[in-house]
Amino acid sequence: MTPPDYEYLRKLLKDHSGLDLSADKQYLIESRLLPLARKAGLPGIVELVQKMKTGPSNLIAQVVEAMTTNETFFFRDKIPFDHFREKIMPELLQARANRKSIRIWCAAGSTGQEPYSLAMCLKEMSGALNGWRIEILATDLSQEVLEKSKSGIYSQFEVQRGLPIQLLVKYFKQTGELWQVSADIRAMVQHRQLNLLHDFSQLGTFDVIFCRNVLIYFDQETKTNIFGRLGRMIEADGFLVLGAAETVVGLTEAFKPVPDRRGLYRPGDVRLAPAKPASVAAAAPRLAVASG
Amino acid sequence: MKTCLVVDDSSVVRKIARRIIEEMNFHVIEAEDGEKALEVCKRAMPEAVLLDWNMPVMDGYEFLGNLRRMPGGDVPRVVFCTTENGTDHISRALSAGANEYIMKPFDKDIVAAKFQEVGLVEAALPETI
Repeated sequence: MTPPDYEYLRKLLKDHSGLDLSADKQYLIESRLLPLARKAGLPGIVELVQKMKTGPSNLIAQVVEAMTTNETFFFRDKIPFDHFREKIMPELLQARANRKSIRIWCAAGSTGQEPYSLAMCLKEMSGALNGWRIEILATDLSQEVLEKSKSGIYSQFEVQRGLPIQLLVKYFKQTGELWQVSADIRAMVQHRQLNLLHDFSQLGTFDVIFCRNVLIYFDQETKTNIFGRLGRMIEADGFLVLGAAETVVGLTEAFKPVPDRRGLYRPGDVRLAPAKPASVAAAAPRLAVASG
Repeated sequence: MKTCLVVDDSSVVRKIARRIIEEMNFHVIEAEDGEKALEVCKRAMPEAVLLDWNMPVMDGYEFLGNLRRMPGGDVPRVVFCTTENGTDHISRALSAGANEYIMKPFDKDIVAAKFQEVGLVEAALPETI
């Protein structure tokens, strides 16, 4: 692709999804968009960009979706789930003993492996959760990955990365080469399409927010804005979980790291004033609808 | 350096597995059936066994039973690696003492993930974008 094409795509992605590609990510664009171009009957990225400028707006939507879809797998990075089992749930079981309810938000739920991994952790706790209401909300920008997440159907490859064999046998049903998460696990996760750039305050307050490996795509200003807004939606004694390579340090006072627990954060001591979503270029057509 | 015994009647599969597992810093020994695999274990117990199911002379299931009955036979982490992908096979394998189970086809990500599950390798730190 030509430098102007790359710049066009960079700006479009920034405006529509906040995705902030650095100057050298041509390979990422090629690997994600060449298949899409071919599906649209076009020979390459140059022609795809041309069509995007003149053609139907749903092509733009497809491009954004192709670029924002992340690879994920069950129990990705392991450590966050150790935090969940060893610190988050034991503390919340105490702190919420009167209320007996816990709200968990997977803010980049993607194809479902993260929320379903949490659901399996909860199931493994069995007796301790009798009488409790645990809500897991999974949101994502991409409608396509949400559909896959809702179906809970995974390939033989996908169920072999990160998932211990005992959990596969216990919580999945096999049909041919495909594996589906059991109905009672699926029932534990609600799905909703959501763009993190838009207002999400209507979702309410959460005890645990997983927001892993999605903020890395955004620029500093956007990250700070989102942390501020997340800080408004989390209980004072709640938890935020980020990807292992991410941090809040230098970006916000809304959260502070938990010592010796990589990737785990708690609300900062200072509660910030209500923050508005960062302004997205007015000229850009809106794509995802933040559902209420 | 840890040793991994790769047991499969297909020399192609053994070669692919060898390449993957050597890259994970294991010393690899090959065996083409359960009986030859047992002989290797009698000489020296490997830390890991990647085990096919269907093989002539002695299949993987029989090998596993024999291995676990040997002195020190509880030590190796045994990961099945087979085209048998039904839950009944998986359950039988786990009951017989397998630690993990790979359904073929496999790639290096799956082998690495399963070896991590059983503690043969440390989890790698996630990369940044």
